[in-house]
Amino acid sequence: MDWQIIIAAAIKVVVFVFLTTLPLVAMSVWAERRVSAAMQDRVGPNRVGPFGLLQAVADGIKFLLKEDFTPDHVRKGYFWLAPALTMVPALLTCAVLPFGSQLFGEKMVIADLDVGPLFVFAIASLTVYGIVLAGWSSNSKYPFLGGIRATSQMISYEISLGLSVVPLVMIYGELNLGNIVMQQAQNGWALLPLWGEGLSVKGFLLAIPLFISFIIFTVSMFAETNRLPFDLPECETELVAGYHTEYSSMKFALFFLGEYAAMIIGSGLAVTLFFGGWSLPFGWLTPESADAEVPLWVGAVHIGTFFAKVIAFILFFIVVRWTLPRFRYDQLMRLGWVFFFEIALFNVVLTALLLWGLA
Amino acid sequence: MSKTTREIEIKDTASRSSELEGYQQTTDDLVGEKLVLNMGPSHPATHGVLRLVLEMDGEVITKADPDIGFLHRGDEKIAENMQYNQFVPYTDRLDYLAPLANNVAYACAVEKLMGWELPARGQAIRTICCEMSRISAHLLGLGAYAMDVGAMTVFLYTFTQRETVYNLCEQLTGARFTTSYTRVGGQIRDLPEGFTDSLLKFCDELLACLDEVETLLNRNKIFLDRTRDVGVISKEDAIAWGLSGPNLRGSGVDHDVRKANPYLDYERYDFEIPVGSVGDSYDRYLVRMEEMKQSTSILKQAVAGLPDGPINVADCKERLPEKERVLMSMEELIHHFILVTEGLDAPAGEVYFGAENPKGELGFYIHSKGGGVPYRLKIRAPSFVNLSILSKLLPGSMMSDSVSILGSLDFVMGECDR
Repeated sequence: MDWQIIIAAAIKVVVFVFLTTLPLVAMSVWAERRVSAAMQDRVGPNRVGPFGLLQAVADGIKFLLKEDFTPDHVRKGYFWLAPALTMVPALLTCAVLPFGSQLFGEKMVIADLDVGPLFVFAIASLTVYGIVLAGWSSNSKYPFLGGIRATSQMISYEISLGLSVVPLVMIYGELNLGNIVMQQAQNGWALLPLWGEGLSVKGFLLAIPLFISFIIFTVSMFAETNRLPFDLPECETELVAGYHTEYSSMKFALFFLGEYAAMIIGSGLAVTLFFGGWSLPFGWLTPESADAEVPLWVGAVHIGTFFAKVIAFILFFIVVRWTLPRFRYDQLMRLGWVFFFEIALFNVVLTALLLWGLA
Repeated sequence: MSKTTREIEIKDTASRSSELEGYQQTTDDLVGEKLVLNMGPSHPATHGVLRLVLEMDGEVITKADPDIGFLHRGDEKIAENMQYNQFVPYTDRLDYLAPLANNVAYACAVEKLMGWELPARGQAIRTICCEMSRISAHLLGLGAYAMDVGAMTVFLYTFTQRETVYNLCEQLTGARFTTSYTRVGGQIRDLPEGFTDSLLKFCDELLACLDEVETLLNRNKIFLDRTRDVGVISKEDAIAWGLSGPNLRGSGVDHDVRKANPYLDYERYDFEIPVGSVGDSYDRYLVRMEEMKQSTSILKQAVAGLPDGPINVADCKERLPEKERVLMSMEELIHHFILVTEGLDAPAGEVYFGAENPKGELGFYIHSKGGGVPYRLKIRAPSFVNLSILSKLLPGSMMSDSVSILGSLDFVMGECDR
């Protein structure tokens, strides 16, 4: 019985992480370039493969074939460790994301943990080590400044990120992401309570703190993934390339891909928490309970729904990046600590009051 | 004879740290050390080869030392060794974002020495050249500025428009970048057929593009945060440091050579001089934005009231004759031969001519002792003067502000280093 679980988990890891998430990383790099090109009246990469779809492959080959140069003045061990430390946690957090309902009677989540969000935050906060180490071990001034910025930024926004999820957990009374999605599938998404039990005064009232949560969560997610308008650690016009200035070849590519992987996982988490994960709106094709049998095609539709939502979210990330300028360091910290931290705290209290009042 | 050697103190980071270690042993307090950051000469935000040695306390700049000269080519010395007309291509490479305006300013300076006045059509064409290059230079300055503060998309929008300006330059002069359009006493050719139509079409497209850019930036909270009250230059400072152009007007000084000391036929046109109120980066941005709109208005007026007639000074022995006539007539051939070999016969004397270029007042000071070669040619480069305020402006601001300030000063190193 044990080995069956192990094999099932291994298959899920291979299918979800290596055959879906990693290609999605490559695809989002392509999408970023094509969407930005469309926004800027350019053409974008369209030479490699149909619509330039294989551009990511060509880039990957280029990165692999480049000289993997390690400057003399760096702390070698940490210098080598840093790129791995940014990429691995991003992929690890895939483990608890439910990316579908069921397929062949098997729950479509690699690890059905009962502490999903906690696990995600615990692992995601490890990413900062990669960036700090990269900035410090490079033994050079620009990466060092980038590393300092990244540390303070990620630590600050992690707090509002964590706090923004608390109201959600309070409302659903659940830390298992699969069950959270199930509740949303049956009773309306967090931000769209229009069916099931959600279609009530209580559902609408509770949507208010959830919406505030969603805004804080999204902004913090931008900060956590170091994307514009929060890309201070990289900040190519000030710090040249920030913490990865001294990196080249595949080590640079790992940072690069790590950022996109973090973006995809962030999107996945946002979709799971606020947009009902794999479920279709208005309770369509929703299984009656978590253990109910789900036909094969419905399971496939659910998986497709999840990825469609994730891709929509990624497109949102991309559009924002090519629209907004970037913050200044002190403005960013003020925004994090003065606005979002306090709104998030207030939101927790608001949720508690609402739940107490409605009970 | 005894020789003494003087110790010169050069503090680099290593000697600072070793000195600090010595000091640390004498005290129990923790002693901090300032970070000396070498920004440039090849840094994405310095737009060329400006080098800034920044002394920083954390993210705050405490001292800034601009270091220029990486693009020094000795243009002024070169000018002393060649005839007036031969120097025209060198002026392309001063402010290489507005070569046409440089050509015009230089030609006007030499014509002032010669005491010539261009016919009305020639002047109107030169005005068109100046305003076209003002738009082109401001478009790049604006785009690069927006990119420096992170708004990449604006850069590409403005670049698309610049491409049109380059196409217009190509139509007009045959070259996109190194135009070398003017000669002493006129320009190499008249406006080509269909030029004015494409120019008017460009003006309309430009205004639409500027609207788009304004939507993206003008009321953008992040952009405002990054530029408002950043790099404030007071009115007094701006005058004391000799700033000119949009940087001066951004600080609220109403001075534009086109109005204050009209040259060409600028008094013919109806245009406003935008002036800032605070003198921060945002004001300088707004001034440039408005100047582009005013330039399109000047262009439209110039095209509408374009006089007919000759484009070069009336036939005289000192200006290069038209090529067809050189090939057809003996007298012009002789003039051409003399002018090319000996150069024009300039009177002795000293003149200064300042033109309102996109970056500020570009001045040519010519000291002539007669003959075809200047004795001394001094170029007053606006970027050089505008950059001198950096060491006052940067200290106290943050690292990120330095990028915003540099972008708002909108300098060109080709002109600064000459």
